Amino acid sequence: MNENTADNSTSTSLINKPRFKLPKSPTGIQGLDEITGGGLPAGRPTLVCGSAGCGKTLLAMEFLVRGATEFDEPGVFMAFEETTKDLIQNVASLGFDLTVLIADKKILLDFVYIERSEIEETGEYDLEGLFIRLGYAIDSIGAKRVVLDTIESLFAGLPNPFILRAELRRLFRWLKEKGVTAIITGERGNETLTRQGLEEYISDCVIMLDNRVTSQDSTRRLRIVKYRGSTHGTNEYPFLIDENGFSILPITSLGLQHSISYERVSTGVPRLDTMLDNKGYFRGSTVLVYGTAGTGKSSLAAQFAESACLRGERVLYFSFEESPAQIMRNMRSIGIDLQSCMESGLLKFHANRPTFSGLETHLATMHREINRFKPQIVIVDPLSSLHIEGKGAEVKAVLMRLVDFLKTNQITGFFTSLATSNAALPEIFSTQDISSLIDTCLVVRSVESGGERNRILSILKSRGMTHSNQIREFILTTHGIELCDVYVGSEGVLTGSARVVQEAKKVAIALLHQQTTEYKQRELENKRSILNAKIATLEAEFAIQQAEDEKIIEQEMAQVQQLELDRLRMEKVREADAVPNIILGD
Amino acid sequence: MALQSTDVDENDDSTVWLLRLYVAGSGAKSLAAFANLKKICEECKAGHYQIEVIDLLENPHLAFEDNIVAIPTLLRKVPEPIRKIIGDLSNTERTLIGLDLLLKNGSNTW
Repeated sequence: MNENTADNSTSTSLINKPRFKLPKSPTGIQGLDEITGGGLPAGRPTLVCGSAGCGKTLLAMEFLVRGATEFDEPGVFMAFEETTKDLIQNVASLGFDLTVLIADKKILLDFVYIERSEIEETGEYDLEGLFIRLGYAIDSIGAKRVVLDTIESLFAGLPNPFILRAELRRLFRWLKEKGVTAIITGERGNETLTRQGLEEYISDCVIMLDNRVTSQDSTRRLRIVKYRGSTHGTNEYPFLIDENGFSILPITSLGLQHSISYERVSTGVPRLDTMLDNKGYFRGSTVLVYGTAGTGKSSLAAQFAESACLRGERVLYFSFEESPAQIMRNMRSIGIDLQSCMESGLLKFHANRPTFSGLETHLATMHREINRFKPQIVIVDPLSSLHIEGKGAEVKAVLMRLVDFLKTNQITGFFTSLATSNAALPEIFSTQDISSLIDTCLVVRSVESGGERNRILSILKSRGMTHSNQIREFILTTHGIELCDVYVGSEGVLTGSARVVQEAKKVAIALLHQQTTEYKQRELENKRSILNAKIATLEAEFAIQQAEDEKIIEQEMAQVQQLELDRLRMEKVREADAVPNIILGD
Repeated sequence: MALQSTDVDENDDSTVWLLRLYVAGSGAKSLAAFANLKKICEECKAGHYQIEVIDLLENPHLAFEDNIVAIPTLLRKVPEPIRKIIGDLSNTERTLIGLDLLLKNGSNTW
């Protein structure tokens, strides 16, 4: 009764409350914990299967070493194929020093050697010896992790498969009871995951490794076939094995959830910034520069890199065609100093031939390098060389994963892509349809006219900003990249010396205009001074006239007065009685 | 090689055989193995053998040191070369082959 209610409550809690989380044992292997959602099932066995040479042993060993060094979980490695000496030597190539870990009782190696010819089977037996041996090993160092590599070898050594199967079943159950997290490796069979069908016994978690060769490039891939009681990534994930161990590349984040940034980053070319809304690219966006050979794609990349380094940002430069030394020498000729950027540790080159490995491996390498260097800007120059390696859809898938990864980490991606024709619109967009992944696309072309070849740049698109629709001439000077206006006339776009001629023409016309204006002004000035002179003469004449006239008037007035006085005197003499009101002189 | 050593044994019957039987506890298989071994030794090497029984439950490190996987395992330490046979020794013929005793005694029975 009580049990029933308990069951009910757990079943309802499964729906309503946060679900029970399967305890997981982190592997510490780059990328694997991500796709398994935290590691391998803790306290349970995991089957790692794959064909010969695909890295099963190394994966298992790294699981143990990381457990011992990072999670304080000692581990037992039971080898059925390699001697302990060989194992120590082999994993030393991954940078793991087992001898120290063995001395510290963090790891215990046990080589189980069975030679069929030396063993005679004389009746009933079981594998209790192996159990005791493993149990002793586990107890002696307090192991939490166990690797059995490759237990299938027992089938070759021991003649009775029926006993073996029964014993293996018992062994895996026993491991579970022991509560150790175990990796059991198995060779891949023809139709089954493992030659002896171990997947029958180990059903909690099955990981398959694969090393496929397509067009002469081998790519290692990992897939989680099943993981009972946990969600997990279901894709095939490319992985690398190098001097730092495994690194697995999770293909994509599940959703398009990456946070976006409103921050802008300068392109390194002031006028290009102006064209892009006066601010440059968005941080965390992807930029593609597309153009034919020699149009300055790498120069744009270098200029961007240098300006970023001068701001103190970290730049990771993947070069697929030129060596770092060559890039630095070439860029110095246009005044871009990548050498000191590299010396300051802000710029890192990673140069590889595209044919060095398969597409997926390239991606995994880039992923790993980015994780290690933690740059703000990643340059891939040129992206198109990867196209040689893969077919369209594959390239797009890889690029999508790269872009996704960059965006998730708010890294600005700057890719160059070589065009095979000088078309205005990149054919890359129609054939591979990668346009949707690119936020800002710059097109650089070379224009041939008037016996010369000049570069022009335009913005094909730039998401999320008002950008210039103008074509600019793109000039590589000894002090970096410069953009100039181009002339658009009846003869088309004018660049280079045609532009210079056009500029000269413009200057000439302007000069002519200026001269005409000045002449007119001078003429006007002359006219004005003539007029003024005339006015002065007239005024002078007038003044003389006026003076004369006033004199005459005065004389006339005096004469009139005299006459009046004379008349009055005469009237006085005649004793006239009426006196007119004229003012008498005295 | 095997023939040679057998020849030596034939000439020198006085060699005392050292046999080591690895068991885990006193299970049915372990007991059967011991009984079968004793019987064979009495028949073929009476008086010229020593059996050492090792219980791995008590000495688990020996499983590691002596590279033991199956139980029961019988180890012939002397004479050289070391021979290893597994099982409860119920198949006498196979046990004799495993211990290089069949040629000598086989010639008698055939």
